[in-house]
Amino acid sequence: MIPTSHCLILAAILFTLGVLGVFVRRNVIVVFMSIELMLNAVNLAFIAFARQHQNLDGQVIVLFVMTVAAAEAAIGLAIILSLYRQKKTLNLDEINLLRG
Amino acid sequence: MDLVLPIFYFLAVSAIACGLMVILQKNPVISAMFLILVMLCLAGIYLLLAAEFIAAIQVIVYAGAIMVLFLFVIMLLNLEKDVRALVKSPFQKVAAAILVLMLVAVLVVTLGKNVAVTQEALKTGGIPNTAAIGHLLFGRFLLPFEITSVILLVAIIGVILIGKKKL
Repeated sequence: MIPTSHCLILAAILFTLGVLGVFVRRNVIVVFMSIELMLNAVNLAFIAFARQHQNLDGQVIVLFVMTVAAAEAAIGLAIILSLYRQKKTLNLDEINLLRG
Repeated sequence: MDLVLPIFYFLAVSAIACGLMVILQKNPVISAMFLILVMLCLAGIYLLLAAEFIAAIQVIVYAGAIMVLFLFVIMLLNLEKDVRALVKSPFQKVAAAILVLMLVAVLVVTLGKNVAVTQEALKTGGIPNTAAIGHLLFGRFLLPFEITSVILLVAIIGVILIGKKKL
């Protein structure tokens, strides 16, 4: 059967890829997709632990994470839409309204 | 003849490769497509890990609904090509590489250390996975489940408000 540690290592690598995407990409939408990648990695860790501990609670938590991710994606994309209307750009370096 | 491990490693390697492509592709549409592939690979891994219901939800909600939302917004916004895909200062790139390498080292060392292998499938007391999750959702997790519906309502109202042209 699948060793739990290998699942966790895969989750760690996927999470780090998400972090790297947030660090190096400057397109808001791609940064947002990297955040989704991180959420997916965490879900994988939850499922691996649910299997290791023979406990379904982890899978229920994954369901909640997915709901929150859906809400987050909807609100975030709406914010991106209205930001684009105002600034006419998707480049994160040019979106600096809070800097004053 | 146990095919579970080879399938798992195949899915894991393709998930990592597709994840790399998500952050390396210049075109956000192709990034989104590779993200869908990552999610499908993860759904396969969930199946191997005895989480059938979550695998189905992953395909339907994540790869289906959320990514369609992403693609819609990309189609709405991305009129011309993204001029600069990556950050411009080389210092920032080097710093990001070092930090990310440190993070992955710490995570892999701590997580991959000594977790035991479980042999048997997930015990749910003789009822299928989906039914067991349903029992949990409407039993012990009833309050979080109801709060989730409030979160969705708040998200709907918020999106309508933010998306309006004029408040």
